[in-house]
Amino acid sequence: MSERDHVMGVPDERGRFGDFGGRFVPEALMPACLELEEAFRSAWSDVTFVAEYHLVLRQFAGRPTPVTPLPRLSERLGISLFAKREDLAHTGSHKINNVIGQTLLTKRMGKPRVIAETGAGQHGVATATAAARLGLSCTVFMGEVDTKRQELNVFRMELLGATVVPVTSGSRTLKDAVNEAMREWVTCVADTHYCLGSVMGPHPFPWMVREFQSIIGIEAAAQLDELGVGTPDVVVACVGGGSNAAGVFAGFANSDARLIGVEAAGGAAVRSGSPGVLHGMRSLLLQDEFGQIEEAHSISAGLDYPGIGPEHAYLAATNRAEYYAIGDEDVLSALSLLSESEGIIPALETAHAVAWIVKEVGGLVPRGSSVLLNLSGRGDKDVAQVRALLRGEA
Amino acid sequence: MKSLEVKLRSLRAEGRKALVPYFVAGATPDWTRHVEAAVLGGADVIEIGVPFSDPMMDGVVIQEAALRSLERGTTLESICQELESLETAIPLLAMTYYNIFLHYGLSRAAGRLRESGITGAIVPDLSLEESDEWCAACDEHDVATVFLVAPSTPASRVREVARRSQGFVYASARMAVTGAASDEGEGARVVASLREVSDVPVYVGIGISTPTQAAVAASFSDGVIVGSALVKIILEGGTPSDVEAFVRSFREAIL
Repeated sequence: MSERDHVMGVPDERGRFGDFGGRFVPEALMPACLELEEAFRSAWSDVTFVAEYHLVLRQFAGRPTPVTPLPRLSERLGISLFAKREDLAHTGSHKINNVIGQTLLTKRMGKPRVIAETGAGQHGVATATAAARLGLSCTVFMGEVDTKRQELNVFRMELLGATVVPVTSGSRTLKDAVNEAMREWVTCVADTHYCLGSVMGPHPFPWMVREFQSIIGIEAAAQLDELGVGTPDVVVACVGGGSNAAGVFAGFANSDARLIGVEAAGGAAVRSGSPGVLHGMRSLLLQDEFGQIEEAHSISAGLDYPGIGPEHAYLAATNRAEYYAIGDEDVLSALSLLSESEGIIPALETAHAVAWIVKEVGGLVPRGSSVLLNLSGRGDKDVAQVRALLRGEA
Repeated sequence: MKSLEVKLRSLRAEGRKALVPYFVAGATPDWTRHVEAAVLGGADVIEIGVPFSDPMMDGVVIQEAALRSLERGTTLESICQELESLETAIPLLAMTYYNIFLHYGLSRAAGRLRESGITGAIVPDLSLEESDEWCAACDEHDVATVFLVAPSTPASRVREVARRSQGFVYASARMAVTGAASDEGEGARVVASLREVSDVPVYVGIGISTPTQAAVAASFSDGVIVGSALVKIILEGGTPSDVEAFVRSFREAIL
């Protein structure tokens, strides 16, 4: 395993994972990125900070989340399927892991305010939650299209004391929310931390967010050992920007497990994208022949992002992880299947990973394989949309 | 020394404050007429915005103009072609986001800019740390690379920006994206921090929307950049003579 020793390690001094990553931001934001990098390096090597992060995750966020064997679906598919239950974490998805890390860091840097972007609303809700817990002021930017698709999450954020700003520029979805959050950050960087929600953006965000999410994979590896499964044959996670995938992959990157990222077909940066620079990073992006960024289209707001985190681009380029795309049509049936056979309603994002497993059993996933599904979020936020789709109303 | 640096230093030696209007190329079909009108109105340098789908450093006015331009099918290539028929002796600068040049090919892009009469480039999302490849491409083709200094830039970085920036340093007057502002900003302090370490010309931009603001900024710098306020006139249907009058009002204020 020597050639894999450094997989998912620390990026180089420019924040690069191979050719990807870096720091492509206006000069106004450079000092903040440098300050953040220094603050994160110092905090992450400080046992007191790390202990506090783990304590908050345990006492407030409900960690560790269990690994649940899925016997009925396993039997039906002819594999041994296990789910890492991030849907059981506070606020209903893995997003809380990252925001607890970042909001604790915000306090440590002495900043009283956070801003965030959100797509489906999960990261926005998680940020508003952690901000409320730690007494930080919070503003969330959300594409106007998404504020309508995820109306209840807007209200949740408001209940938690956050201000939600609908973004009306561009495609009015996640990428535009990131643009607007960046613009806002320029005006208030002295007292505000930008709590980015995925393994994307300028260095140190892709690395830092992966580190805060790596708890998923670290826990899961130990839990699978306890269950007597050991290293699974395959680890599967859905990928928008890629934070839940990065988190679970981190626990298995240096094992023999196959790592599979599942993108939405309408936002498949690895399958359909090319290298470019957006939102502070060099990565794989959906773009036209002139370098204009294209809009992603997916049934799930959380995967509607035309790029992917730079470390995923690197893992794809080096073949350490494989990325596949699933179309909207397969997602609803996978969501129903998991709900009916195991009593777990997954988020639409997560249902992409389920759909890939169902589709590839007997193909890329040989029968008899042990498979870990990162069950990144619960489907409560999506039930109204799913009902409409299943009834043919949307 | 690159062509742009020679010109801008001689402009300063003549005692003339540089007036730099900004246009979003292709925002209207007759955009090159607007550029010519600005020259008549007394512009010394023209900054030409190449539209990008995700302009992170721009406020709503320039976003809107960029969107209109993209909807009209504007590309880096189409802009360069239109500029070839532009008759003007004053320096032209391109301003755009890195992905546009990256996608065109860095060396090819720098060469194409120079061929169409552009002698400098401003790439606001290209940090000093990531700029080596682009600067090397610009060096091959006599294109100057202009970097920005913001109010947040610490002294050590100010020195490095001043050393690397060619032609002038773009001093951002405030912590903001492009667009009108009514406050005085921090331009004077930013310019002073540059003066301490370098004799490179310093132009002030971001939030300068009136002749009075321009006059104040010009009093402590070598030039002023006027963007959103001018683009707004064009979005509202302004004619070339409106543009000329607007630019002249700034010219007269900063003489």
